[in-house]
Amino acid sequence: MNANLSLHVPQPPARPGEPADFSYLKLAPAGAAPRPLPTASIGETIDLAVSLIRVIDDEGQALGAWDPHLETVQLHKALRYMLVTRAMDDRVRRAQRGGQVSFYMQSMGEEAVSVAAAMALRPGDMLFPTYRNQGLHIARDRNPIDLMCQCLSNSHDMCKGRQMPVMYHWREGNIFSISGNLATQLPQAVGWAMASAIKREPHIACAWTGEGSTAEADFHHALTFASVYRAPVILNVVNNQWAISTFQGVAGGEHQTFAARGPGFGIPGLRVDGNDVLAVYAVTQWAAERARGGGGPTLIELVTYRAGPHSTSDDPSRYRPKDEWRAFPLGDPIVRLKNHLIWSGAWSAERHEALVKEIDNQIAETWKLAVSYGTLPESPLDPLTMFDDVFKERTPHLERQREQFMKLKG
Amino acid sequence: MPRMNMIQALNSAMDIAMQRDEGVIILGQDVGYFGGVFRCTDGLQKKYGEQRVIDTPIAEGGIIAAAIGMSVNGLRPVAEIQFADYIYPAYDQIVSELARLRYRSAGEFSAPITVRVPSGGGIRGGQTHSQSPEALFAHVCGVKVVMPSNPYDAKGLLTAAIEDDDPVIFFEPKRLYNGPFDADPDKPAVAWTAHSKGEVPAGHYTVPMGKAEIVRAGSAVTIITYGTLVHVVQAVVESTGIDAEIIDVRSIVPLDVETLATSVCKTGRCIVAHEATEFAGFGAELVATVQRECFWQLEAPIERVAGWDTPYPHAFEWEYFPGRKRIAAALEQVMAGT
Repeated sequence: MNANLSLHVPQPPARPGEPADFSYLKLAPAGAAPRPLPTASIGETIDLAVSLIRVIDDEGQALGAWDPHLETVQLHKALRYMLVTRAMDDRVRRAQRGGQVSFYMQSMGEEAVSVAAAMALRPGDMLFPTYRNQGLHIARDRNPIDLMCQCLSNSHDMCKGRQMPVMYHWREGNIFSISGNLATQLPQAVGWAMASAIKREPHIACAWTGEGSTAEADFHHALTFASVYRAPVILNVVNNQWAISTFQGVAGGEHQTFAARGPGFGIPGLRVDGNDVLAVYAVTQWAAERARGGGGPTLIELVTYRAGPHSTSDDPSRYRPKDEWRAFPLGDPIVRLKNHLIWSGAWSAERHEALVKEIDNQIAETWKLAVSYGTLPESPLDPLTMFDDVFKERTPHLERQREQFMKLKG
Repeated sequence: MPRMNMIQALNSAMDIAMQRDEGVIILGQDVGYFGGVFRCTDGLQKKYGEQRVIDTPIAEGGIIAAAIGMSVNGLRPVAEIQFADYIYPAYDQIVSELARLRYRSAGEFSAPITVRVPSGGGIRGGQTHSQSPEALFAHVCGVKVVMPSNPYDAKGLLTAAIEDDDPVIFFEPKRLYNGPFDADPDKPAVAWTAHSKGEVPAGHYTVPMGKAEIVRAGSAVTIITYGTLVHVVQAVVESTGIDAEIIDVRSIVPLDVETLATSVCKTGRCIVAHEATEFAGFGAELVATVQRECFWQLEAPIERVAGWDTPYPHAFEWEYFPGRKRIAAALEQVMAGT
C-alpha cells in the first residue's frame, strides 16, 4: 500500500446545483499585457502564453498596447456580424426543435472568436474552421441563407445533402470544408501554409479547434510540422471550458494553459480574452504579420465560454451549473463590444436595440426564403446524386449500384 | 529500351512527373537527402531541391494531413509511408479526410495525392515490416488502390496515379523491388533485367488504373492474383503444365470486373490468391464478384489462397507465406472439383 499515490482525475469546480466557480481561471487586467513586435523571439513572448491579453475592460474602455485602434465603422461591422451570427444560430436552433433540420450547433458566447479573427485576416487567407466557427462565414460577408440551406439539406444545400448541419464549406470565400472529426483540420492548415511558402505566395492559413481536441495527435502533428517548416499559419485553440460534458481540466488545462503548448514546440503562444473583439483582432493581426513576414506560426488560446449546449442533442444542465455563463468573468462578447462602443460615444442602447430588431427581422425573412427551397423532411434533393463525387468520375461499381438504385426507385 | 528494376522505375516516374509539373512534390521520412530507405527517391532532392523533396518528422498522420493541405493549395504531393505497417497513425486522415473531401464538399475541394506504401513480406521483416493492408483501403469509399507487380506497371501506374485527380494509395510489394520472386527463398535472387517487364521506357507513359492484365492466357482455370503472388502463381502454373489463365488485378479500386468475369465465365474455374490475410481480405470481394458474374458457368467451388489469419511471424516466414505448395494444392482442388 502506497499512501502517497492515488489517481488524480480532474474535476470541474462546480456541478449542477452548486454555485458557479471560475476561480481556476487565471485572469489579468485589460491593458496589462505588453505587446512585443511580431518579429519577437520566443523568449520575448513567453509570458504571453500564461497571462491574458485583454483590451476592453469591464467598463468598456479600450486599454493598452494591444488596442488595434479600429475605426468605428469596423467596430459597427464586428457588432453586426456577431449579432447576425447569434440571430441565425437562434433561428436554426429553434427549427431543429420543429424538425425542419436534424441537428444544430450554436456558437453563442463565442462569436468574437470567429468574427474578429476573420476581420483581421485578408480575403486570400485560407480558413480551416471547426464546427462552431459560423462567424467566419458571416464576417466574410456570406449570405446567411447559404448556411441555412445547408442545414436544411434543401435544393440550395452546398453539400448536396451529404453532410450534417453546420459542416459548411466555401471555396470561393476560402473557407475549408468541415469534417466533424476533431482537430484533423489543424495539420491540414499547416500543409496548406507550407504550400503557400513553397509557392512564395502572400497568403497564410488559419485554423481553429476546441481545447478538448488538443488532446488529439493531430494537434501535435500540426504544432510539430508548423514549427519544423516555420509554416505561415495561425493555430487557434478555442478554450470554451467544456467539450460536451468534459471539463477543460480533463483535456490537460489544469496545470498549464493551452497557449503554453506553443513555446514547447518553439512557437509563440498567446493567451487572449476570447470575448474581447479588440483583443482577438489584435492577436490575430500580430500573428498574421509574423507569419506573412516569414516568422512562422503562432498558437493562440482564446479563453471563452460555450454558452449553449454542445449541440441540439446535448443537455448541459446534467453536468454543469445552469447559471454558469452568467458568472463567467469575461462576459458576453456582444455586450462587451456594445459597452465599448457606448463608452467611446459611437453607440447607444437605443441604436443597439434597433439593430438587434433589424437583424432579427432580416434573419426571419431569410429563413422564410431558405425554407421555401425545402427542408430535411421534404428535401427536394435527388438521391441519385449520392453516387457522385465519391471520385471525380463514377467508377464502374458505383455505376452498377446507381443503376440498381434507379431500378428499385422505379 | 532501358532495363530497370522496380525502384528505378518508380524513381523515373517521380522524376518525370516532377519535371512535367512544378506542383508535384514528394514528402516522407528519409525521402530527401538520403533518397528513401528503399532508395526510391534517390537523387530527386538533389535535382529538385529541399522544398520539393521534403524530409518529414516521424508522424504518418502529419504527413498525410500536410499533403492534404498542400493539395488543397494547388500542389500534387506524393507522400511516402516508409512501411505499410506504419500507415495506421494516418488512417484517420486517409479514411475520414482524404477519401471524403470531394464528397463532403460536393466537389468543391479535392485532394489529388498519391500515397506510396511499400508493402508485403518475404524480406524477414516480421509483423511490423511485412503487412499487406490493401483491403483496409479498398473498403474506404473515395480512394483508389493499386498494386503493381513489375517495373513496367510500377512506372506507368505511378505516373497515372500522380496525374489522377483522385487520391491513390499505391502499394509497392517490396519483395519485388529488385527482382521477380517465385517464393523459393533458397534459390539465388533473379534480377528484373532478365524479365520482359523489366523493359521500361525512359520517357513518359501511363498504365491506366482500373485495368487488370492477363499475364498468361489459358482455358482450364482462372487464377486471380496481384502483387508478389503474380510471380509465385506463374511458377506454379509452369511447373504443373495446367493451362491456367493468370490475371494480375493491378487495380484494386477501381476493379476491372469485366476482365475477371470474362475469364472465369470462359474457364469455369477460379482461384483467388493474395498475400494478405484471408479473413475479410480483398479475396472475399473477388470471390463474391466472380460468384455474382459467373455463377452459372462455375464448374467447381472457388478456391482462396492467402496469408494465414495471424500476424506475420518472423521465424516462420515461409510457413506463413502463401507459397507454391498452397497454390498448387488449391489448383489441384479446383481442377478436381465438379
